[in-house]
Amino acid sequence: MKLTVNGTEHEIDVEEDMPLLWVLRDELGITGVKYGCGIAQCGACTVHVDGVAVRACQLAVGDLSGEVTTIEGLGTPETLHAVQEAWVAHQVAQCGYCQSGQIMQAASFLDLNAAPSDDQIDAAMSGNLCRCGTYPRIRAAIKTAAAKLQEV
Amino acid sequence: MGRGKTIARRSFLIGSAAILGGVAFGTYLVKRDPENPLLADAVAGDAVFNPWVRINASGITLVTPHTDLGQGATAMQAMLIAEELDVELEQITTTPGVPSAAYYNTALAAEAVPFRSNDDGFSATAMRGTMGAVMKVLGAQVTGGSTAVPDSFDKLRLAGAVARETLKAAAAAETGIDAAQLTTARGAVVLPDGARMDYTTLAARAAQIEPVTNVSLRDPSQWRLIGKPVQRLDIIAKSTGTQIYGIDIWMEGMVHASVRSNPRKGAPMTGFDAARTEGMRGVQKIVGLPYGVAVIADNTWRAFRALEEIDIDWDIAPYPAEQADHWVEVAASFTKERLDREWRHDGDVDAALEGADVITAEYRAPYVAHQPLEPLSAVVKVGATRVDIWAAHQLPRFVQQRVAKRLDMDTEQIHLHNQFAGGSFGHRLEFDNIDVAVDVAHEVPDTPVKLTFRREEDFAQDYNRQIGMARGRGAHADGKVTVLDLDIATVSASRSQSRRLGAPMPGPDTQIPAGAWNMRYAIPDLRVRAYAVPELAPTSSWRSVGASTAGFFAEGFLDELIHAAGADPMEERLRLVNDDDARRVLEAVAEMSNWGSALGPNQGRGVALVTSFGVPTAEVVEVTATDAGIKVDRVWVAAEVGRVVDPVTFENVVAGGVIWGLGHAMNSEITYSDGMAEQDNYHMAEGMRLHQCPVIEVRGLENSDTVRGVGEPPVPPAAPALANAIFAATGTRLREMPFFNTVDFV
Repeated sequence: MKLTVNGTEHEIDVEEDMPLLWVLRDELGITGVKYGCGIAQCGACTVHVDGVAVRACQLAVGDLSGEVTTIEGLGTPETLHAVQEAWVAHQVAQCGYCQSGQIMQAASFLDLNAAPSDDQIDAAMSGNLCRCGTYPRIRAAIKTAAAKLQEV
Repeated sequence: MGRGKTIARRSFLIGSAAILGGVAFGTYLVKRDPENPLLADAVAGDAVFNPWVRINASGITLVTPHTDLGQGATAMQAMLIAEELDVELEQITTTPGVPSAAYYNTALAAEAVPFRSNDDGFSATAMRGTMGAVMKVLGAQVTGGSTAVPDSFDKLRLAGAVARETLKAAAAAETGIDAAQLTTARGAVVLPDGARMDYTTLAARAAQIEPVTNVSLRDPSQWRLIGKPVQRLDIIAKSTGTQIYGIDIWMEGMVHASVRSNPRKGAPMTGFDAARTEGMRGVQKIVGLPYGVAVIADNTWRAFRALEEIDIDWDIAPYPAEQADHWVEVAASFTKERLDREWRHDGDVDAALEGADVITAEYRAPYVAHQPLEPLSAVVKVGATRVDIWAAHQLPRFVQQRVAKRLDMDTEQIHLHNQFAGGSFGHRLEFDNIDVAVDVAHEVPDTPVKLTFRREEDFAQDYNRQIGMARGRGAHADGKVTVLDLDIATVSASRSQSRRLGAPMPGPDTQIPAGAWNMRYAIPDLRVRAYAVPELAPTSSWRSVGASTAGFFAEGFLDELIHAAGADPMEERLRLVNDDDARRVLEAVAEMSNWGSALGPNQGRGVALVTSFGVPTAEVVEVTATDAGIKVDRVWVAAEVGRVVDPVTFENVVAGGVIWGLGHAMNSEITYSDGMAEQDNYHMAEGMRLHQCPVIEVRGLENSDTVRGVGEPPVPPAAPALANAIFAATGTRLREMPFFNTVDFV
């Protein structure tokens, strides 16, 4: 079957029920997307399908209809997305393992809600677990990114 | 009198001693000294100044041997070397280096001795010195115990200074200009006329001259990097998905594996039927192991799926099958036979309680899992004469020794490539992923095998935080706390852990009463006794270790006595405190929280002060009791660390420690049924999520002459400060973690 990831079309030969997460990581070698829990409880595997955040560990690749964007397609070290810029400016990461998912979730959320309230941020981000406890900086970075995105 | 001078002088003495010892700093290109691991692959033109600095024509490499678990160890270590070496952080590359005795931890010993960290008496100092020597002899390269900063603070600055002065000597030899006329900046020696000689071009010359070891450290007023906000070295990678963790390692010809070990931890696997895996796509091999079954496949998910199709028979647990029986054993441990040590007895507690109006209470702390977000994994390739391991580990040398023993090979044949970790919190002090990956890779020689634990397996195989109870007795008079008698009984995580390391721990376990016996209070009659519960389910070090339980017991019960006395929790603690550092952190959080100011009718504030890993840390928590449950509004935290090396990471890690302490106290426990942990994924043990996170204000105090680490100390005060706040708001006294069994949280 075919799938498009970060603008590149790939031909893959896998079972239809293989979760997108493992297609990305083990078949295509795209490792910015992380395995954390396998049951959509941690959000480390968050990617975009047609711009909307989904948990790649729960999406069977056979059910996929749309283009996939991973953290690598959102921005690069040389050309950061506004959300990534905010993550860098606030130095959010500790271990960093959850941050791909946090950033993908935040980018999708801000796309739907350009000026979120504190409660909306809390609600949108509480499916993404951070064991190091970077939550205060995640909140701050989302506000910075929202302001930046509104300027554009 | 500047503190900087004092520090520099003391540091210099330490540096000299090290030079005499020939271990750390006298190793500049000295081929006769095998201790410097950088010499092994040094080639002509490489200036290998000491185990931490290598410069050649192509660049400047700093070795940062403390494992980066997310605490920012890599950036911190690089910053310390760069400060004295006069290089900018964008001019260097870092590497964790190879495991080596040269990277023995000079600071870990301090917590292992039975003296309070503010005890500078002869015996305490002497024993810390002895333990330090033991660490050196063992070559114990350890990341843990909040020691990365104290271990590195003098040592790595000296490493930078030695390299800098040697480069100046090389430039002097090259130009004929006296070294005293030369300065250094931005990776170059600067001549009196302003001309620059880059370190990279001087390296070949520097490699040929004698080292300059007579160096002194700069006064803090001259620091460019230490204490200044800098961009973390890994922040771009960790914001773009380009940071490679152990689980991301990929190599040609690699196969994927996963395992199910007996969930009754430590018991054998007794039989299995893998018939249903026949013909499953991508499944290459089913490996029966003494403790479980592994699947090798061409893809991680295919290995996971095949594991689910195997029927496995497990032996019974080597500990009580049901949780209630664990508690029975803990409760039965307050006996003379199980007394591990009476750690402190000021005054005469028995006499003081005689005839007094005695207040009693019983506290409990459950097993709690580590569960960093990156599941356990390892890539291992077993060859006939060489084994390579790619994994993140806090004890790299132990990994090598353990694998060598397992495969009957020499330690030198085992190569560990330490990786960035997606969190640890003590999880990566254990070896299950290494053991299993080695056993599986041994079945397919010369093939790299990536082993990944399913999250459920990671929960099942975790070595949890110690379970324990405390029984308190106390009394008050004239509005003051006068007697505090605390008996603490927990299993010994340190003994459980050290047994698995093959190095049984002698003497009493300092961690059972940690955070309680060393309370910096002058209560007239004060006693703390520790009881060792025999091993139940195996346990291990969990972020802040003993203080996460004993600190909760001590500060919760003290708060009860203070309320009973009718005193203010902050004022009474300030009256009782007997140490300037501890007093200052209490005063700091009192000021930050505006303690004593009016609160709403359903609001409450609680305070706690716990000293762990030598760091007195005070926290004030403010909560609101809403109709839907308790809302944790704000936290103020102050810690005395001597010196904040990296203020950006400091704030992040301290806030994270508060969140770790609060989240697990509120929401997490591991319980056993039928010999197995009942919680198998984050929906059943999630710590804290973002919506529960309070606003946190952090302050680092820098009054002490001793530099301390802060990975763990913010954790212990969080639980009691929260319990004390909830009492203030609601009148409900929480004596058992997790609190969500007693109250609701929004």
